[in-house]
Amino acid sequence: MITLSKLAKIFHTKDGDVRAVDDIDLTIDKGEIFGVIGYSGAGKSTLIRMLNMLEAPTSGEVDVAGRPMHSLSKGKLREARQEIGMIFQHFNLLWSRTVAENIAFPLEIKGVSKQDQKKRVDELIQLVGLDGRGGSYPSQLSGGQKQRVGIARALANDPKVLLCDEATSALDPKTTDSILDLLVDINAKLGLTIVLITHEMHVIRKICHRVAVMEAGKIVEQGDVLDIFRRPKQAMTKEFVKQVTEPEETEEALNHLLDREGIGHVLQLTFVGGDTQRPLITDVVRKFDVDISILQGKISQTQHGSYGSLFVSMNGESATVQQAVAYIREQEVEVEVIHGG
Amino acid sequence: MDNVLIQAAFLGDVNWDNMWNATVETLYMSVVALLFTFLFGIVLGLLLFLTDRKQLWENKAAHFVIGAYVNIFRSIPFIILIVLLIPFTRSIVGTFLGPSAALPALIIGAAPFYARMVEIALREIDKGVIEASKAMGATNGQIIRKVLLPESMPALVSGITVTAIALVSYTAMAGVIGAGGLGDLAFRDGFQRNNPEITLTATVIILVIVFALQFIGDMITNKIDKR
Repeated sequence: MITLSKLAKIFHTKDGDVRAVDDIDLTIDKGEIFGVIGYSGAGKSTLIRMLNMLEAPTSGEVDVAGRPMHSLSKGKLREARQEIGMIFQHFNLLWSRTVAENIAFPLEIKGVSKQDQKKRVDELIQLVGLDGRGGSYPSQLSGGQKQRVGIARALANDPKVLLCDEATSALDPKTTDSILDLLVDINAKLGLTIVLITHEMHVIRKICHRVAVMEAGKIVEQGDVLDIFRRPKQAMTKEFVKQVTEPEETEEALNHLLDREGIGHVLQLTFVGGDTQRPLITDVVRKFDVDISILQGKISQTQHGSYGSLFVSMNGESATVQQAVAYIREQEVEVEVIHGG
Repeated sequence: MDNVLIQAAFLGDVNWDNMWNATVETLYMSVVALLFTFLFGIVLGLLLFLTDRKQLWENKAAHFVIGAYVNIFRSIPFIILIVLLIPFTRSIVGTFLGPSAALPALIIGAAPFYARMVEIALREIDKGVIEASKAMGATNGQIIRKVLLPESMPALVSGITVTAIALVSYTAMAGVIGAGGLGDLAFRDGFQRNNPEITLTATVIILVIVFALQFIGDMITNKIDKR
């Protein structure tokens, strides 16, 4: 659906050239939710804005839904843009228009008849769950509702691709989740390809199928979300994965524990996929003569199953502990002995 | 005797027919000039905004020329502008006397003043909204008609209110060189013939006009501002 080849964007500034996007090759498949994560300044915003040519690339090619975006004439580019919806961090609604009029805006641009506009707007209002708010002005809505209007507006012309530029970064956690649920819902219902950029691993975990990690204009790592969570390779990726899998202050709390006398073995168990449902700890305690106490833990849901990590301390005979660890490994749970091994 | 004095002080020789005609002339000059000022000001303001850096029609030369025109005509004191424009006025209106003859100077003086306010109003628009419209595939014309003008409308209206009030006082100055209207009446019949009550009455009427304009302007601004 989307192919980027040798895509680059160089900004010329007083302090020299900045390679915001540095020779990126990327393929995004039809119907997938693809996330790009990176800290601010990584170039992810420039990258997504080049998908609909809001930012013109310095070099390279951008193909979206079979159109070479980088080489279209102005008129053709406008047509192509009507097939690419976009939502924004700050919603970018017209305050002078009601919810219904905002959603009708792209239809007006396309020249859809008034009658069809009304019909389509009603459908969209229903789809994003804003029934009864069509006559309200954006200033009367909450942030989450504003983003729903933004989504409805982006979907008005039945786009093939939806671009989300930090779409949940201005929302509180609860509202973020409801907007993410809506995006998943739309992805499933309409088979829409969604590309989103974010700095929150939570967003990637919750809705993305695949993810690319960006640093200094380059994609340093990419793959299926679960694989990335399971085996992050780059330091940057590990940092992002930690955001979700490790409870805050884990390191501090653990260091504190490790200083204690007689703590025994401290293990980090990493669960991937459906394994989190099984009573693993109970199994181990029944089978082996060890004591287990849980130090810290966090389990998260991803689009492909559960993912989480559990920190436990295990006390017992050294050999028994080894056997227990081997047993846990057999259950396809990754074990890292971080102390006492 | 006392009666006469009081009469002279409060009613004097106010000729209400003249006063009425002068009021109509002032209103005529203000309203017609205002309409043209609104049109030219919006066009000039849009051009100023759109030709600026990183805007839709970025064009350094055009921006410089329009900016220079606006700055020059906004800076010339109005009374001097009228005199400077006498040959121009004569060539298009045929005379430089009477209310219609005041119009070119009023419009040329007020449009640049309003254009700057239009430019400021347009700058206040959230850039993200313009970007979103581009992302939806809007043409520049659609962006101007459907985004720039509606989104800046409250500021455009409060700007035109300020300009209208300035125009009313410009018409009074234009009166001094023979344009007619309340300014003319107050100066010739009131000041030069020593009838202070005429000056006073003309002043009160001008104040009423100004307050009415401000009231209407504020009302419309409040009604259309949905932020």
